[in-house]
Amino acid sequence: MGTTQLLFWLLSALSIFSAMMVLISKNPVHSVLWLVLVFFTISGHYILLNAQFLFIVNLIVYAGAIMVLFLFVIMLMNLNKDAEPQKSIWMKLAGAISGGSLLLIFVSVVRSASEMQSKQALLKTGNIGLIDQLGKTLFSEYVIPFEISSVLFLSAMVGAVAIGKKH
Amino acid sequence: MPIHSLLDATVVNTANNYFPIGVQLLFAAGFVATMLIMSALLGPKRKTSDKLANFESGIEITGNARQPMAIKYFLVAILFVLFDVEVIFFYPYAVNFRELGWAGFGAVAMFVGFFIVGFTYIIKKGALIWED
Amino acid sequence: MIVLAFDFALFLEKLILIAVVIFGSLGVALYTTFAERKVAAILQDRRGPNRAGPFGLLQPFADGLKLVFKEEIIPNTSNKTLFIMGPGLAMTAALMTSAVLPWGNKVELFDRTIALQIADVNIGMLYVFAVVSMGVYGIMIGGWASNNKFSLMAALRGASQAISYELAMGLSLIALVMVTGSLSLKTIVEQQMLPGHLWNIAYQPLGFLLFLVCAFAECNRTPFDLPEAENELNFGYHQEYSSMKLGFYLFAEYVNMFISSAIMATIYFGGYDIPFLDESKISPNIAAILGIGALMTKIIIFIFVFMWVRWTIPRFRYDQLMNLGWKKMVPLALANMLLTGAIILWLQGK
Repeated sequence: MGTTQLLFWLLSALSIFSAMMVLISKNPVHSVLWLVLVFFTISGHYILLNAQFLFIVNLIVYAGAIMVLFLFVIMLMNLNKDAEPQKSIWMKLAGAISGGSLLLIFVSVVRSASEMQSKQALLKTGNIGLIDQLGKTLFSEYVIPFEISSVLFLSAMVGAVAIGKKH
Repeated sequence: MPIHSLLDATVVNTANNYFPIGVQLLFAAGFVATMLIMSALLGPKRKTSDKLANFESGIEITGNARQPMAIKYFLVAILFVLFDVEVIFFYPYAVNFRELGWAGFGAVAMFVGFFIVGFTYIIKKGALIWED
Repeated sequence: MIVLAFDFALFLEKLILIAVVIFGSLGVALYTTFAERKVAAILQDRRGPNRAGPFGLLQPFADGLKLVFKEEIIPNTSNKTLFIMGPGLAMTAALMTSAVLPWGNKVELFDRTIALQIADVNIGMLYVFAVVSMGVYGIMIGGWASNNKFSLMAALRGASQAISYELAMGLSLIALVMVTGSLSLKTIVEQQMLPGHLWNIAYQPLGFLLFLVCAFAECNRTPFDLPEAENELNFGYHQEYSSMKLGFYLFAEYVNMFISSAIMATIYFGGYDIPFLDESKISPNIAAILGIGALMTKIIIFIFVFMWVRWTIPRFRYDQLMNLGWKKMVPLALANMLLTGAIILWLQGK
């Protein structure tokens, strides 16, 4: 077992643990912080795959921007009253069963997907994830999706203003 | 203008370069934790209920701080998320824009055009007005 | 079976470098607090601290020790874990930026060539951006966990300010990346050292100005110290804090000031480059020492500018701050980016 594998297992265990803690934590702010930790560990995985640009974008956009938005939302809420109604045991059981089945489906799909079988991840090698390679591809082959994404941003801005500003 | 091609040999692109950052994170977190524990152990402990109450300019506390706040902050945060993603898009372009030439510049100018349309819409709608 | 196949000598070298950089930046931050009081005193025609040690030089240690030995108060109604975590996060984030900064070129010691940079990464500039965006958590968590209305107000204000100026900062850096074509801070410094190549400030004056303003805002320095606006918010987001936890908040600000000065010196003012001197002609070790000296001189000048501004310009009003960030800085940075791109492409003639 080399350093890479060791780090892989460490990061995987940590990310699964923190993901569980996101669900278990009673305090929503704790959940957000655990989720930030999940993003950190996933960024660690990106590093192991040498996807350096994704590593940093994951940190900037998810851990640094979206999670800050989550924190804002939580702080804007009234956390004094018990907003969350106590769910019955049957609801919890149904949730566990449906969630478990979804997990099973995901696992079986990933295992049977022909593209993924007998393939290994590019560990620490490959230049695809570097910023210059990514930029070349994005601005030559994928220019049109890039432009379309700007329309998407525009609609998101309109939506944000519509929610936040009442007249 | 810079001759960046000369220095391409020094470009670093292996994942190993990130290892020291991980070490530094552990080091910094360890230092911070040690200092916090040390000051918790070294300081005196004479707690009274008045001392442990929240400070509200010396008057009786009414309610607590777990109350809804102005929506303006939320609006700023959500606009920040949107613009942040757009800013990130410019970085891969900026690294490559010499090779991409005017065609790439046109694509980015169009993207910026949409950006500005959205931005003017936000300002016209008064989403960034603070006193109302 | 080899469990850990890596270079232990390299690991040790990096560990020493990390320790030197972290304790070095803490030491600089410690003396910046002293320098701030002295500069304030000079600007206001006073003497400043002069009791502890010769010229008051031991004052920062007295202050630091005082903070360690103060009673630690955690308010009853606060959220205890988060309350302790807040200053820790602020300090850790402040100590992380230094990882990608090149402090000097290379030294040769014990038959090894040691790079004076903790991690030379491909995306150095984005790393700085990412760590800056983590700085918001310390303020938000601390202010919210205190369960104090003033703290919460200050935290929300501070976080909105930080994220608003982060945008302008990210945009102003893009124009610089267009000039350099690289995000690695080491490469950026080496480019500026090339003969016939000026420092980046010559190519990006507007970009530098925007970055400087954003640096002030991100460090919560006057005129952008609204999270600590004592006339309206008592003491700001850290008003329930005491002992070392308060110390961390105050200290993180000074570490941030040091690091942002270092970043500005590195990306716009040639880093460890000494003007009018060809470093390749002198022996690498002496060049490295001189280079560190040059970088530190530039940093000290920037820190002085931070202080000078603090004691000269009054604080903004909150709506002025937000208007400046969103309606002036962001469009200006965008224009600067497009203009830089167009000029470079036009000169390139492609």
